[in-house]
Amino acid sequence: MKVLVPIKRVIDYNVKVRVKADNSNVDLANVKMAINPFCEIAVEEAVRLKEAGTATEVIAVSIGDKSCQEQLRTALALGADRAIQIDTDQNLDSLHVAKLLQKVVEEEQPQLVILGKQSIDSDNNQTGQMLAALTGMAQGTFASAVNVDGEKVNVTREVDGGLQTVALNLPAIVTTDLRLNEPRYASLPNIMKAKRKPLAVKPAADFGLDLTARTTLLKVTPPAERQAGIVVESIDELVEKLKNEAKVIS
Amino acid sequence: MAAAMINERDLEFMLYELFDSEGLIGRERYQDHDRQTFNEVINTAKAIAEKHFLPIRQKLDTHQPTFDGKKVHLIPELKPAIAAVNASGIGSATADYELGGMQLPPIVASAAATYLTIAGGVGMGYNMLTTANANLLQAHASKELIDTWVKPMLDGRFMGTMAMTEPGSGSGLGDLSTKAVKASDGSYRVSGSKIFISGGDHDLSENIVHLVLARVQGAPKGVKGISLFVVPKFLLNDDGSIGADNEVALAGLFHKMGGKAQTSTALSFGEKSGSVGYLVGEENQGLKYMFHMMNEARIMVGTSGAVLANAGFQYSLDYAKNRPQGRLPSCKDPLSPMVNIIEHADVRRMLLAQKAYAEGAMALVLYGTQLSDDEKTAPSQEQREYAHTLLDFLTPIIKTWPSEYGPKANSYAIQVLGGHGYINEHPVEMFYRDNRLNAIHEGTTGIQSLDLIARKVPMNNMEGYLATISEMNKTIVIAKEIEGLNEFSSELKNAVNTLNSTTESVLKAMSTKNIDLALANSVSYLSMFGHVIIAWLWLKQGIVASNALAEQPHQDDKHFYQGKLQALQYFYRIELPQVAVWQKVLVNTDSTSFDMQAEWF
Repeated sequence: MKVLVPIKRVIDYNVKVRVKADNSNVDLANVKMAINPFCEIAVEEAVRLKEAGTATEVIAVSIGDKSCQEQLRTALALGADRAIQIDTDQNLDSLHVAKLLQKVVEEEQPQLVILGKQSIDSDNNQTGQMLAALTGMAQGTFASAVNVDGEKVNVTREVDGGLQTVALNLPAIVTTDLRLNEPRYASLPNIMKAKRKPLAVKPAADFGLDLTARTTLLKVTPPAERQAGIVVESIDELVEKLKNEAKVIS
Repeated sequence: MAAAMINERDLEFMLYELFDSEGLIGRERYQDHDRQTFNEVINTAKAIAEKHFLPIRQKLDTHQPTFDGKKVHLIPELKPAIAAVNASGIGSATADYELGGMQLPPIVASAAATYLTIAGGVGMGYNMLTTANANLLQAHASKELIDTWVKPMLDGRFMGTMAMTEPGSGSGLGDLSTKAVKASDGSYRVSGSKIFISGGDHDLSENIVHLVLARVQGAPKGVKGISLFVVPKFLLNDDGSIGADNEVALAGLFHKMGGKAQTSTALSFGEKSGSVGYLVGEENQGLKYMFHMMNEARIMVGTSGAVLANAGFQYSLDYAKNRPQGRLPSCKDPLSPMVNIIEHADVRRMLLAQKAYAEGAMALVLYGTQLSDDEKTAPSQEQREYAHTLLDFLTPIIKTWPSEYGPKANSYAIQVLGGHGYINEHPVEMFYRDNRLNAIHEGTTGIQSLDLIARKVPMNNMEGYLATISEMNKTIVIAKEIEGLNEFSSELKNAVNTLNSTTESVLKAMSTKNIDLALANSVSYLSMFGHVIIAWLWLKQGIVASNALAEQPHQDDKHFYQGKLQALQYFYRIELPQVAVWQKVLVNTDSTSFDMQAEWF
């Protein structure tokens, strides 16, 4: 069974995100980048399926410029067998990403596609669902457990009221939640092996899709900074401020 | 957010801007690597540190190993943590591919290990000693010994020690009395007592490989009659499996002020019929071989001093940025909000002092680590020899300066936290205690100072000394042309001149005066040399920072480089002037300490 794992290069979760001075976007210059944590969980799950003998090949795919090869190498070091970079320097919408992935799915014919449920930068939570719609594959989102059982995969989903387990016919799409597994770190021998694993580069333009942006980013503003407090002279002054300034009591 | 273990931006600066670690890829040994593999290794080390060691760091400190008369007991969490390090391949990262290593450049391995040192307390000491032991055997032992003992150590199945000190012979190794008698099968029977053997007993590995200094029957007295033996805790069967007990008995554990996770043992060898020992190399050459390990261990000691200094610096920096207390002297309004203590100039002074010590020391130990690599893998024979000359000369300074100033930095970290620094709810007091050992083991500061002035300086017509001075002169010339650095360039030039004239006068005193008197202030000489070297490495950092600032870098980087220049200035204005004090003591062959009589105390 082939497993396809799409991954995204995002700002490292440890980094304090800053907004550019002109509010045009997040400032990514000089910032540490990493594999999106939910995607890392997806890679781990796929590698575990392979280690359990369920999967035969794990393919990592990422869409972006050359720099995303770094994250693909990381996925290879974690245990993916080969990688595909879809080369583009455009900022793509979720739909474009899903359409490109659809092409990869058509070509590779994986039985299972495991994605992160969302990326920690844009937080859209759309790609997996869109890919399911485009490919007609069954989907199990927000997975906290994945068990392949013959021609089916049982996915335990984290839903508002608790857990829901669904059985999906293969091929299927799974998106990972935080508690699915705890990703491993790459051992040194595997870091070296990753360098010799195949990494194919395919220009996005070759897929014959219209990748014109459908959304425009108008502006990005940081959350309001917490203001320094003041010391009030009396209870009356406090009540007055709560009523008229903070408007939290009436 | 918790304080960073280490300033990652600074680590990156050291690796890729100050030292050209990426350029190492051009060497045949490292051709499979690139900057990404380096960063991945560092990430893996960080992940292990955060997952396995950081959560048990305090427990390792507060639960010392115990001895029930039969076995040593360590906290159970340490074994899986060390197993995780071994499984990751970090323990053998620098070793050859054939030995299961990754041929990682030592400077990168050292950068990765910083996380494990900080998070692991001294739990990592077991691995480090094992690596040093394995390296010694690879350099000096027969193929048979290497095949038998090195591979299991690199795999983490066995661990290693260095057993030198005896109850009556510590710094003065020439008096050691452990005996070795040659047996008919070519091996030896070793008997005697050793103390302060780090990692001398534990339950972390299947076997322990002791490297024991002993005197073969009939060998000359003093240091010329010392041989080195592999004495395992357990002998091996022909198939390599663990065999009979080799009469290495644990006589007791020592209880230390810091570094508590690493057992310090008293061992008794061969009380009944002698422990089986296998000679390393040739008889009576043991000390030379042991120095191979010690030179490496001395870089590790300096590195530990520097890394712990950085750990305390980062912790106290984070604390100072977030702890509101008091108001500035200019503010008289008691109702105004308190300021974070970093707003107080004196707190910034203590942070700057830590930065100057910690990052200065880090630059020094990484420089030393790179030299230890260059002496083996630099492209030309000439470059390799030159690196060897520099490293051999600088080793006493690489070992000592971080060991002396690292704890000073940690002391400032405690001071920044005030009362909170003195209690174990914060790790800074632990860093201080752990760091305090570094000026003692692998040759005390006093021993290092004698090694420097009496051995290393005059050796080979002052070859090492002159090479060091010429390296510093190169930097002085470059810095002179850079705006903002010319002041420091000429300060360093003056300091080097002072060092030259002082060296001359000390050497003269050694040949014309009572030698005991001439060497009485040897530590002042080492201190002076150390400060000049650190000033030099700060100027090197300043050159990188100035050049980078000229390129209009990103705002964050601008702050970072300005911080480098400010720490450079701090070191030159506050620390370097001490050179004049040491100069006076040395040039006058000051006899205050020498003349002091025991009775006068």
